[in-house]
Amino acid sequence: MKILVCIKQVPDMESRFKPDSAGTWFSETDLAFRMNEYDEFAVEQAVRLKEQLGNGPELTVLSMGPDRVLEAVKKALAMGCDRGVQIQDPAAHLKDPWQKASAIAAYAKNEGYDLVFTGFQSQDRGSCQVGVMLAELLGFACATTIVGFEFADGAVTVKRELEGGVKGVVQLKTPALVTCQLGLNTPRYPTLPNIMKAKKKEILVLPVGDLLHEEAKAVTTSFHAPAKKGGGIVLEGEVGDQADRLIQILKEKTGVLR
Amino acid sequence: MKALLIGESRDGSFLEYGYELVGFAERIGAETAMVMVGQEKSLPGYGGKLYLADAATYGEYNPDLHKKLILAAVEREKPDLVVFSHSSYGWDLAPRVAAGLKAAQLSEVIGTTGDGYELPSCSQKMRRSVKPATPVVVLTLQLGAFPAVTGGGTPQVERVETEGSGKVIFVRYEAAEAKGIDLAKAEVIVSAGRGIGKADNVPVIAALAKALGGQLGASRPVVDSGWVEHSHQVGTTGQTVSPKLYVACGISGAIQHLAGMKKSGFIVAINKDKDAPIGEVADVLVVADVMQFVPALTAKLAK
Ligand SMILES: Cc1cc2nc3c(=O)[nH]c(=O)nc-3n(C[C@H](O)[C@H](O)[C@H](O)COP(=O)(O)OP(=O)(O)OC[C@H]3O[C@@H](n4cnc5c(N)ncnc54)[C@H](O)[C@@H]3O)c2cc1C
Ligand SMILES: Nc1ncnc2c1ncn2[C@@H]1O[C@H](COP(=O)(O)O)[C@@H](O)[C@H]1O
Repeated sequence: MKILVCIKQVPDMESRFKPDSAGTWFSETDLAFRMNEYDEFAVEQAVRLKEQLGNGPELTVLSMGPDRVLEAVKKALAMGCDRGVQIQDPAAHLKDPWQKASAIAAYAKNEGYDLVFTGFQSQDRGSCQVGVMLAELLGFACATTIVGFEFADGAVTVKRELEGGVKGVVQLKTPALVTCQLGLNTPRYPTLPNIMKAKKKEILVLPVGDLLHEEAKAVTTSFHAPAKKGGGIVLEGEVGDQADRLIQILKEKTGVLR
Repeated sequence: MKALLIGESRDGSFLEYGYELVGFAERIGAETAMVMVGQEKSLPGYGGKLYLADAATYGEYNPDLHKKLILAAVEREKPDLVVFSHSSYGWDLAPRVAAGLKAAQLSEVIGTTGDGYELPSCSQKMRRSVKPATPVVVLTLQLGAFPAVTGGGTPQVERVETEGSGKVIFVRYEAAEAKGIDLAKAEVIVSAGRGIGKADNVPVIAALAKALGGQLGASRPVVDSGWVEHSHQVGTTGQTVSPKLYVACGISGAIQHLAGMKKSGFIVAINKDKDAPIGEVADVLVVADVMQFVPALTAKLAK
């Protein structure tokens, strides 16, 4: 059995974002990057499946992007993936989801993967498209937003999260792709010995030009901060003083404090 | 401009947020038709043409067939836009339909610009304007971003059909977990978010809730990590609340959290990040370290 996990590297969402010089994406200056939160659940689930099957399956982690994404790939290797693939693309941020899925599909189509795990969405782009489009391109069965995963006798049973706390249980025959939602599992922290071991694992680097022959279907014309609503009061300064001012406001504006 | 709206049905009932698609179409002045895999007994209050496929035949959830049915309706209607809700049905199906049409897909649309659409980015902190470059465009709309337009009359139903089976087999629905505590009645809710740092800090937030005579709420990661039990979760996959006072402690303000609490009477947010999106709904934003500010506030309230 062969398993693929697709991960994206994204900025820490607590950062301050400023437009880049083109004004169509964020400037990377001062940003710290990490593995997309949703993709950590995908990596964890893939590693658990590998362990469940007596470590038989070969588990590949793939990321498309500039060389900094190797950090995220290395983390996934330290979590238990066997080998890495970087689709090397310094301009990945200018590609739309269709192009990303096409490039990944061009790599994956002859590799014979049985199962693909992706995140439900990327935190920076948030399109929820790359995984599903990849499944379409590969002709795989696909289920999104999974919060439960089981594999037995060649069939995958997942729980999809629907609105209002309802869940939908569905079955998929392999080859299949699932997109992983928050809370699917508790991603492990790589241990020091595993981080050391991961350094020896192979990472294949494939230039995007060899894989991608699709034009963008949409272009970003501007990246900007939302218009400030600005109605709210902002309290800054020393903590004790902030607390006094807040209590005063609550007394004036709510019936909660007397 | 013509828009094909994708209605949703679950377990035989039309889902109300589908009316926001009608509101969107009105806003952009588009003609509409709708398509839905559902049941005759629960049709939307919508006066246009409805392509209906029977859920008993095509499955509650059979994305491969639902995709084909939508493509069949696209073929007949020749729309410029195919419009979904950004819901578990929409974000699952839209990329399949976009791939089938070789169309651009824009996800979680919150507004329109001159020649394109406005989308959230970076966990709601930023915005992107995007211009599609294909003749047909697939959109998913953020829930709540456009006004629901109801009471449009009775649809003229046309049947739509397809053949084959699908690669996904629907097994069953699982009902929502029974509620432990009912936050809906609370007058004050003080919620803990990931910004509190660790499970050991939950009692500090709970102490403020107690001092204000309220209940403890939580954001999803706090629940997913097992720091707080699920019945305390506020948001689209938790409870919807509207207390007199809502205090968000170390919560960024993701759309799924806001959807559960933005109707609260008065909202206080404590966040070290002045730009956190929670600021958009907060009446007061306290820019501080939550673990320093909350104990200070609780102590002053006790006096
Ligand atoms: C389909 C779907 C359904 C969802 N349903 C829900 C739901 O029902 N409810 C829900 O809450 N979420 C839900 N989510 C998740 C949601 O998108 C966010 O991931 C989640 O709300 C973030 O929780 P948070 O604000 O606690 O954490 P984060 O987004 O990580 O934010 C933490 C915040 O704390 C601040 N902070 C950090 N340290 C400190 C400090 N020391 N002092 C002060 N502030 C600090 C940071 O600046 C940041 O703003 C859902 C997501 C999806 C995709
Ligand atoms: N550049 C990328 N490299 C590898 N996987 C990606 C990339 N972008 C997105 N993905 C995968 O697709 C999922 C959905 O991303 P998105 O469509 O951007 O919301 C992510 O959670 C990843 O698993």
